[in-house]
Amino acid sequence: MSAAAEHSVPSSVKIAPPPAELTRQPLVLHNRSIGWISDHIAGICEGPAPKWWLPTLIMSVSLMTMMFGCIAYLIATGVGVWGLNQPVAWAWDITNFVFWIGIGHAGTLISAILFLLRQKWRTSVNRAAEAMTLFAVACAGVFPLIHVGRIWYALWWLPPIPNNYDIWPQFRSPLLWDVFAVSTYGTVSLLFWYTGLIPDLATMRDRATGKIKKFLYGFFAFGWTGSNRHWSNYEKAYLLLAGLSTPLVLSVHSIVSFDFAVSQLPGWHTTIFPPYFVAGAVFSGFGMVLTLLIPLRTLCKLEDIVTVRHVELMCKVILATGSIVGYAYGMEFFIAWYGGNPYELAAFKNRAFGPYWWSYWWMISCNVICPHLFWFKKLRENMVFVFIVSIFVNIGMWFERFVIIVTSLHRDYLPSSWGYFRPTWVDVCTFVGSFGLFMTLFLLFMRYLPMIAISEVKGVTPQADAHHPLGGAKHGGHH
Amino acid sequence: MNAYGLMAVFETPADAIHAAEQVRDAGYSKWDVHTPFPVHGMDAAMGLPNSKVGWFTFLGGVTGYTTGMTMIWWMNAYDYKIVIGGKPMFSPFFSFPVSYELTILLASFGSLIGMFLLNRLPRLHHPLLKNRKFCAGATHDKFILVIETADPKFNDQETRKLLVSAGSKHIEMVED
Repeated sequence: MSAAAEHSVPSSVKIAPPPAELTRQPLVLHNRSIGWISDHIAGICEGPAPKWWLPTLIMSVSLMTMMFGCIAYLIATGVGVWGLNQPVAWAWDITNFVFWIGIGHAGTLISAILFLLRQKWRTSVNRAAEAMTLFAVACAGVFPLIHVGRIWYALWWLPPIPNNYDIWPQFRSPLLWDVFAVSTYGTVSLLFWYTGLIPDLATMRDRATGKIKKFLYGFFAFGWTGSNRHWSNYEKAYLLLAGLSTPLVLSVHSIVSFDFAVSQLPGWHTTIFPPYFVAGAVFSGFGMVLTLLIPLRTLCKLEDIVTVRHVELMCKVILATGSIVGYAYGMEFFIAWYGGNPYELAAFKNRAFGPYWWSYWWMISCNVICPHLFWFKKLRENMVFVFIVSIFVNIGMWFERFVIIVTSLHRDYLPSSWGYFRPTWVDVCTFVGSFGLFMTLFLLFMRYLPMIAISEVKGVTPQADAHHPLGGAKHGGHH
Repeated sequence: MNAYGLMAVFETPADAIHAAEQVRDAGYSKWDVHTPFPVHGMDAAMGLPNSKVGWFTFLGGVTGYTTGMTMIWWMNAYDYKIVIGGKPMFSPFFSFPVSYELTILLASFGSLIGMFLLNRLPRLHHPLLKNRKFCAGATHDKFILVIETADPKFNDQETRKLLVSAGSKHIEMVED
């Protein structure tokens, strides 16, 4: 007896559709067919470039060039061109590093954790979010590399290679853990993103008209034919990669936080850092996903695939993680007082009311107050409003890292060593330029690769469900 | 020109699953269903066993963890000992973050390499990819069942009859 006959419902049985309040808004609107999905998404890469694309790319490339110019100046002259100096020996460099690496976390959360939790809505946003992860990690990698000063020695600090005295790097330092965490994160994110791309590259190959395009898409699709024997192994590998990326993404920002938490400095030496950093990273990452996708869904006419419901769900993630971040800020203060250490408390009072009070209150208003506007459904459904809040989330999370790093350092143990950090133009131009690098990579990605996971979006439509009438099922609906 | 196999096009996943069940029950072994996305229930309909990719992942993970622990012990506690703040020369605790990252790194490579090995990919040539009808459908919106001529049970007439009875509207012999 075949499986279909076993499960089929006798024709005499009528199954009533579920009541209206129980039906969910579909993931792809207007009941689009499977073919429409590949036509529409691949169409973004196939037609002529939209009018706004080239000017935006030129602007991004100029910013990126500015960053590389600043880096060349820094390497040629020395780290003195930056504003940092004792006691603030880490300033914008590490702030920018933590900021960018945090942004990456939303991509992995969407692609891995939401996959394991079977959140089907992730399929519309995971490709773009994973690409964002990769490009954010690339931006993040720049800063620790250039902050070391004589970067031509970096080869002896990063991989385990002995120096001229035959001494190996020492693995008791969280800074070395960070090297392994961030490079593993970058590599595994790339593998995961590429695995997801293979079926879509095959779609692009089969649609390509030009010889060069056909060859290149074909080369990178590795000869994918959509065979079900292949899908079987592919789905298992994808599930395992999701399972591996989940502990990875939690560990990466935990290890980044160890750079601070393992030290003895008041303001850094707190056990709350790992979970607080991870929540903050996801919070900032979703902010950046929304900043990118809200304009793109209109510009590329993706409203049927990245629906208002998708945006609303991401707003809810921002609300949840933003609340965790707000709780962590409060808890830090509580522990500083409850711990009874006067120096710890002084460090925290100094954060909120000391010379850097303005940065602290920027952080509080953007990260603690802003997300709570998302309790209101009306506001979550207003795209312009969500876009503006997402930018404030980005600003707030940059200030969070600035507050943690600079306010903890500027009051050294001896009052005679106290100082005040001011950025130079090189600091500012390098950071602003890193957005150019990020945007350049993202614009190239959205023009030449399918920005939305075609095969995955197809898989969550009712047309793909063999037990749904739209998928060809002969009897009834779901059972 | 050799014939590679008989290809039958289906319009919906349900039709493809029912056809796969019939081909499976008819006892064919060298055949496959090409779909634009993984169709749920197709593995059972084709009678495929659980994928073996997990073993490669496990192997990669074990290699990563042992490499991490051994490397750190050898470098910092054996080859060149350095005292840092009176901490022990080796401890599984401070070695854990790096070994953990290496576990994940090599397990991920293991999963991907395992997937490629089991799928016999990458390959730059496939007879099916030279067929226009196949290319326009298998990665777009059609569900294509292919029975290879190399299958011991393959018989031009019988196999064609089976695919027609399964409800395919387009059946074609694919040349190699």
